[in-house]
Amino acid sequence: MTKAATNSFKQGPDERGHFGLFGGRFVAETLMPLILEVEKAYTAAKADPEFQKELDYYMEHYAGRPSPLYFAKRLTAHLGGAKVYFKRDELNHTGSHKINNCMGQILLARRMGKKRIIAETGAGQHGVATATVAALFDLPCTVYMGAVDIERQKPNVFRMKLLGATVVPVKSGSHTLKDAMNEALRDWVTNVEDTFYIIGTAAGPHPYPAMVRDFQSVIGKELRQQMMKAEGRLPDSLVACIGGGSNAIGLFYDFLDDANIKMYGVEAGGHGIETGKHAASLNGGRPGVLHGNRTYLLQDADGQILEGDSISAGLDYPGIGPEHSYLFDKKRVNYVYATDKEALSAFQLCCKMEGIIPALEPSHALAYVTKLAPTLPKDHILVMNLCGRGDKDIFNVADKLGVTL
Amino acid sequence: MSNRLDACFTELRKNNQAGFVSFTVAGDPDLETSQKLLEALPAAGVDVIELGMPFTDPMADGPAIQAADLRALAGGMTLTKTLGMVTAFRKTNSTTPVVLMGYYNPIYSYGAEKFAKDAGAAGVDGLIIVDLPPEEDEEFRLPAQKAGMHVIRLTTPTTNEKRLPTVLSNSGGFLYYVSITGITGAATATEQQVQQAVSRLKQHSQLPVAVGFGIKDATAAQTVARHADAVVVGSAIVKKIEDNIPTKQDLVKNVCAYVESLSAAVHKARNKAAA
Repeated sequence: MTKAATNSFKQGPDERGHFGLFGGRFVAETLMPLILEVEKAYTAAKADPEFQKELDYYMEHYAGRPSPLYFAKRLTAHLGGAKVYFKRDELNHTGSHKINNCMGQILLARRMGKKRIIAETGAGQHGVATATVAALFDLPCTVYMGAVDIERQKPNVFRMKLLGATVVPVKSGSHTLKDAMNEALRDWVTNVEDTFYIIGTAAGPHPYPAMVRDFQSVIGKELRQQMMKAEGRLPDSLVACIGGGSNAIGLFYDFLDDANIKMYGVEAGGHGIETGKHAASLNGGRPGVLHGNRTYLLQDADGQILEGDSISAGLDYPGIGPEHSYLFDKKRVNYVYATDKEALSAFQLCCKMEGIIPALEPSHALAYVTKLAPTLPKDHILVMNLCGRGDKDIFNVADKLGVTL
Repeated sequence: MSNRLDACFTELRKNNQAGFVSFTVAGDPDLETSQKLLEALPAAGVDVIELGMPFTDPMADGPAIQAADLRALAGGMTLTKTLGMVTAFRKTNSTTPVVLMGYYNPIYSYGAEKFAKDAGAAGVDGLIIVDLPPEEDEEFRLPAQKAGMHVIRLTTPTTNEKRLPTVLSNSGGFLYYVSITGITGAATATEQQVQQAVSRLKQHSQLPVAVGFGIKDATAAQTVARHADAVVVGSAIVKKIEDNIPTKQDLVKNVCAYVESLSAAVHKARNKAAA
């Protein structure tokens, strides 16, 4: 540890789940005893070496961790500035970082004796990862997905079904991720006894934001070791895309107290912040309370929740994990954004330059890298989390590029 | 602190009657109709008016109330207009308690202290904020109490003995017992479950107990009224409003006729039991 604990950015949350003003447990009374039970079980699991051992086993032999650290040589030469590395979390089983969290949570659900799994999903990556671990451990699984998202992410819907999950189209509200989360909460409140809710991002009521962060922080921990081996030193900058923010907090967390490392969280700028059509909760929202936590939200003047707007279904969420809201207010992380158009260009650049089809979510991070890297010296080391692969997005991208498949 | 809610339950107790609590959404199906309905409810036998503050993401509510919230919002309903409805209501009614029910974000956005002050001034007697559990409610509860309003807590089948004291402390007006684990308008609890739950709560608290969630008709309301101090019906009334939208000129009359059938069943429940 490079800093005294009193100055640490890693102390949160407090015992009530607060990261400064943010976080907490804003849920209906029916769920409170259950949320407290999840917290107790997670605290016990965290302190149990057997739990970590079991998680490590599945992470290595089933999910394929550690994910490689890759020096993007051609892209670096093309951008002409900082050395660009990719943390290859798209190579995990199921094609994204989501499996890190799902594996942790399902092992916890088993410890708690829960018999049924539910989840919400936007792009379908978390839904697929949840359906995968539910199949692995033979637990029935129901995934709530907005009807609009089902339309734009058909391959992932079919994958979930192949894996044995029931996919429920959500037609309430605006038919997207936030409504899927409402519907999952309604299911949970109805089936409190036997059901475990695997939340997909580092948001929701305490202990979820801290728990999801802990499971995802394997990304940063691996990176620290891998970078020492590759370059003999730590990186200078970290870049990750942000919807709810689980891959970003997973990348950042281990380095929060390394004061010299700059961090960039890239929100979905949609058509541009100035148009009001975006999903950038920090850059275009203000603090509010939704889905169990206080955090930055897209909302109107009367506190009604607004729709996100992004080419990426995975970033299309009007909130953000509370720890990011805290790091934003504390100015530890720079929160920037990339538009749909910029992400689409970066998507194509990555395909041609590195032979990697990225998901549209990390394409936002890459879009920012293409702006940032050229401004930095050649000995500057930048790491971007390539948190998902783009197979699921090819239909959407083809459509945007005017190509008929 | 004592307000219209306390006076109302004292009166009901004196008459050995259960109270009837109606739930409607402010601004559903439109502001004008909603105001007329609000003003007609006391004459239809409503003892306590629960008025929903519409929200885009009502996580504890079933399809009927979700749809009502969206109808109200589509019609331009705001929190300020909801308070305006209560202010207007108080011009002709100074006795029927009004309880606002909703979710925290619109209040937080309005400013918790400012909202407490304005709601108190409008003539609101109690508040139920679904997603503001005791652990998080101090920032709003203190100003609300200061403004003369009760913060009404929800207890549920999952509120165990260990947790009950936390829920009961600082709660006022009445206890709202959510009789099922689930959302509004869904399953119905059995009479035995309700009876046991109410007597358990009575062992721990002097507050009146109102029972709600899943009470779908006059028969069910009457059954609950034998055991509880008050019966809350929401989704069924809201559905009745929705059904009457095509013939809006008769909406208030038709909905009130339905409400009257519910309140009459509740009011005579104990006499009937004794007979």
